[in-house]
Amino acid sequence: MPAVEASQLERIFREESGRAVATLVRLFGDIDIAEEMVQEAFVVASERWPETGLPPNPGGWITTTARNRAIDRLRREGSRHDRHAQAARLQQSAEPVEPEGDVKDDRLRLIFTCCHPALAPSAQIALTLRLLGGLETPYIARAFLVPEQTMAKRLVRAKQKIRDAKIPYRVPRDAELPSRLRSVLTVIYLVFNEGYTASEGDELVRADLCAEAIRLARLVAELMPDEPEVLGLLALLLLTESRRAARTAADGTIVLLPDQDRARWDRELIAEGQAIVRRCLRRNQPGPYQIQAAINAVHSDAATAADTDWGQILRLYDQLLAIAPSPIVALNRAVALAELEGPEPALIAIDSLDLDRYHLFHSTRAALLARLRRFDEAHTAYDRALALANNAAERALLEKKRNSLPTPSGR
Amino acid sequence: MAQYLLSVWHSDAHPIPDDPETMQKAFKQVDVFNAELQASGAWVFAGGLHPPATATVVRDDGGETIITDGPFAETKEQLGGFWIIEAADLDAALAWASKGSAACMASVEVRPFQGDEPES
Repeated sequence: MPAVEASQLERIFREESGRAVATLVRLFGDIDIAEEMVQEAFVVASERWPETGLPPNPGGWITTTARNRAIDRLRREGSRHDRHAQAARLQQSAEPVEPEGDVKDDRLRLIFTCCHPALAPSAQIALTLRLLGGLETPYIARAFLVPEQTMAKRLVRAKQKIRDAKIPYRVPRDAELPSRLRSVLTVIYLVFNEGYTASEGDELVRADLCAEAIRLARLVAELMPDEPEVLGLLALLLLTESRRAARTAADGTIVLLPDQDRARWDRELIAEGQAIVRRCLRRNQPGPYQIQAAINAVHSDAATAADTDWGQILRLYDQLLAIAPSPIVALNRAVALAELEGPEPALIAIDSLDLDRYHLFHSTRAALLARLRRFDEAHTAYDRALALANNAAERALLEKKRNSLPTPSGR
Repeated sequence: MAQYLLSVWHSDAHPIPDDPETMQKAFKQVDVFNAELQASGAWVFAGGLHPPATATVVRDDGGETIITDGPFAETKEQLGGFWIIEAADLDAALAWASKGSAACMASVEVRPFQGDEPES
């Protein structure tokens, strides 16, 4: 029997706990019992496996052990929990839990419950990471920079609401599916974004959040292969993640897309992301995530920044603006426009946008003004961006850009 | 099955209609909605309320009854009426609330009643 190392146990826990929790929620109708029993099963595993080696199907072992413990506990507690005891009686047979079929659907049910719009977005995110990602509460608290107690309370409250308001444990019906799926995809996107853009906190924790978001996107894509926006989100995350290494300089400052060392992009992630984008295009049911993924695919096609097919990118932004209009999309479109037609029309395009509170609006304006050699105005715009940005790495970049402007006249 | 309170809230964004035509329209729509609730078996009870200015607050203060002019909470949001329904789960209740909101042209808050299930 091969020895089982702690890191291996941790990996199995991360990969299998969501599956086990989801199955137990279905069997016992109670999230707390499911969580506790899966935890207990992992404690037993961490004591037993280093001696006995891994069982042939560790995930199935965990689910079966957790289920049996839940049944034992509910029996001990007798009729106090009528509903649960009844569920337990139905499940007394000792055959191992199959890892396929229903169980797959269980995780999908669970993610729809966790991301139910009746829960606050912050609670949706926390629950998804806790129940499907198997992340510990202190860890989630650290990732989102809130005190552990706050996060614990948030989770308890959300679970109470699921129980008391009877938030259902099922994949939504067709009529509700589009809006509910959007809520699931938003949660995954926000988890990724938190890992990708925030500069505070533990770098490893943040990389983990991105990995977790990609894992969740893969899971939903595997379970709902006919939903093009799910594939679109997965592709968008893969293509964005492919640039992670190139995005930070040795001194920790951010390197923007045109200045990145493209040799450091992850070719494997790019190939996978681009293949998914092509699959989406063939379906011809465009959505915001698919188009954003396509834009990223065009960027990752270019060997150098100068090779970028800006015409294609502009067309994609036009399409995105048509189906999901927002000032931020319009701002990004203007960046593409500047590459094609120069800074002047881009500046005109963005000046009417209502984004005065958004630091990237001012930094984009500053860059365009600098290209027009209107350095005084560029300087002022960078100042404005700096006053609004609160991310340390972004601030460092803005300062660097502002300080590299030619000395403003009259200063 | 669980019971939910669907309460109707008027606010600045969705004020109580004051022109007779809109009021009649809302009444008619709510009648249709009520009939649908009753036909489906989800109906438990419902009622529309007089304006908050008609409310009186009563509190027992150690055996003595204190009566004051209401409403209890002086807020911009006003409770205009409510339904009590039976529904299988929150999604079913939300689906009714969505129809109810369209009928009465106001926000509807959905809140579960405490049941007789054991606390776990």
